[in-house]
Amino acid sequence: MNFFIISLIKAAIVAFVLLTALAYLQWLERKLLGHIQLRPGPNRVGPHGLLQPLADVIKLVTKEGFIPSHVDKFFYLLAPFIAVTLALIPIAVIPFGPEVNIFGVKTWLQLTDLSIGVLFVLAISSVGVYGVALAGWASNNKYSLIGGLRSSAQMISYELPLALAIASPLLLANSLSFRHIVGQQAGYYLGFIPRWAIFQMPFPQIFAFIIFLIAGFAETNRIPFDLPEAENELVAGYHTEYSSMKFAAFFMAEYCNMVISACVATLLFLGGWHPLFPAPYSNAIPVLVFLFFGAIGLYHGLNPARRRDRFSLPITGIVSIIIALIFLIPILWPVIIPLFWFCAKVVVLLFVFIWIRGTLPRFRYDQLMRFAWTFLFPVAVLNLLVTGLFVAVFSK
Amino acid sequence: MSVILFLVFAVIAVVCGINLVIQRHPINSALSLIGVMGSLAVLYLMLGAEFIAAAQVIVYAGAIMVLFLIVIMLLNAGAEGRTRRPSWGAIVGIPLIAVFLGLVSFVIQALLPKSETVAFGQFTGGNARNIGHALFTTYLLPFELTSVLILIAIVGAIVLARKEID
Repeated sequence: MNFFIISLIKAAIVAFVLLTALAYLQWLERKLLGHIQLRPGPNRVGPHGLLQPLADVIKLVTKEGFIPSHVDKFFYLLAPFIAVTLALIPIAVIPFGPEVNIFGVKTWLQLTDLSIGVLFVLAISSVGVYGVALAGWASNNKYSLIGGLRSSAQMISYELPLALAIASPLLLANSLSFRHIVGQQAGYYLGFIPRWAIFQMPFPQIFAFIIFLIAGFAETNRIPFDLPEAENELVAGYHTEYSSMKFAAFFMAEYCNMVISACVATLLFLGGWHPLFPAPYSNAIPVLVFLFFGAIGLYHGLNPARRRDRFSLPITGIVSIIIALIFLIPILWPVIIPLFWFCAKVVVLLFVFIWIRGTLPRFRYDQLMRFAWTFLFPVAVLNLLVTGLFVAVFSK
Repeated sequence: MSVILFLVFAVIAVVCGINLVIQRHPINSALSLIGVMGSLAVLYLMLGAEFIAAAQVIVYAGAIMVLFLIVIMLLNAGAEGRTRRPSWGAIVGIPLIAVFLGLVSFVIQALLPKSETVAFGQFTGGNARNIGHALFTTYLLPFELTSVLILIAIVGAIVLARKEID
């Protein structure tokens, strides 16, 4: 019974944090893209547009759920449901931190650990393509159909380099469970180089990491691989005929897939919750980061460039300093330090996702396929072979 | 608990299987087949074959059926028309199916020894390590022969596709 209650509480917390993070990820993306393109981004609803996600949710929920007359109704309604459900499931096997002791209850910061955790995530993501493919077909619209077809072909093609890139760090870790994989990446070489998979001897997985990121962009249909919804040729691709909550479901699925691939990259390549620096220094980093952030907020709040900054920036600064003070309490360290490092890595990867969207133009479809099959796939195979050789020769 | 889960997923598998045959639109049939694959994966999982379950979903549901779906969508195959069937088909067919099912169950009963029935949760050698070990030691020759067979199929497909282009 105890196990049941703990799992229920953890599931509720994870679901709440994940859904909030998805809404604000979209705000972050619009804001960052805005600044990359020298425009302010959303800034009308709330200070710095911070209430924009809430307004978007209200708009999408209250909009009329319109179903076009020419669609296959059953599959048209089923597709967004499949897409969002399968996008949300993998978070159940993602560990956010080590085993901790909260109010005398020992528990892992993870919903459940599967002995085939990595395969589980791969399996769910490979089935996720049905949402997009069915949406394209059921919409009974040529643009949607082309979008759905492109997406399925692209996801099958990039699944191969993705799986091969994942296989190499698994050779180093010798396990399929996320807990063990992260456990294998603890410790430091020479006292300062972390044993993360991208630095790990006998063969650092830096190439596998890059291949994983590139294939991850394609799997999540992000620029420069967003051919399924290329708006200048396909209107909006597979979700052209969708509106209100059904459109929101696709939107949420895309962002959730982004978060999941950032989490998996963190766990497999960047050492999960293990800090970049050895123990005494790693505890000071969050304090320094938040103090720095708070100081910037206070300084710009006292010399405001715009009128609204006089209130919003000092408040941000004070909140940051309070968070920095929380990170000074040693009792909380076992819980918040791993969480800080895990979230920091995931946020950095998400920032890279958005940054690349603001930087690169879209591939042409033949370039996309040629890149996957003639470059990415052979490089991934080569990386796997070399890793296997090094592991076989040196790890005995 | 396992019995209830087994019944639920066995029923889903059988219903999806029947649906696969009686549906007239190819997309519906393909999706029913995915339902069969998914429930089979759950049954594998309950029998302790976790690696096979994951591979079932990744390979069959995630890759092969997507290719089926792409082909159906590309050809834009519509619903099949119903042909006029002779009325005696139903009269003779149903007893024949009953006889056939009876024969099959009799053969299974006769061939399989009773003591070897598998109980849920008994088998534990289904993880990736055991399977990898078995594939590369005991079953190395069949494994390598199968990969050569698949390679031949790939080369054959490329040869056939080239001929079409030229």
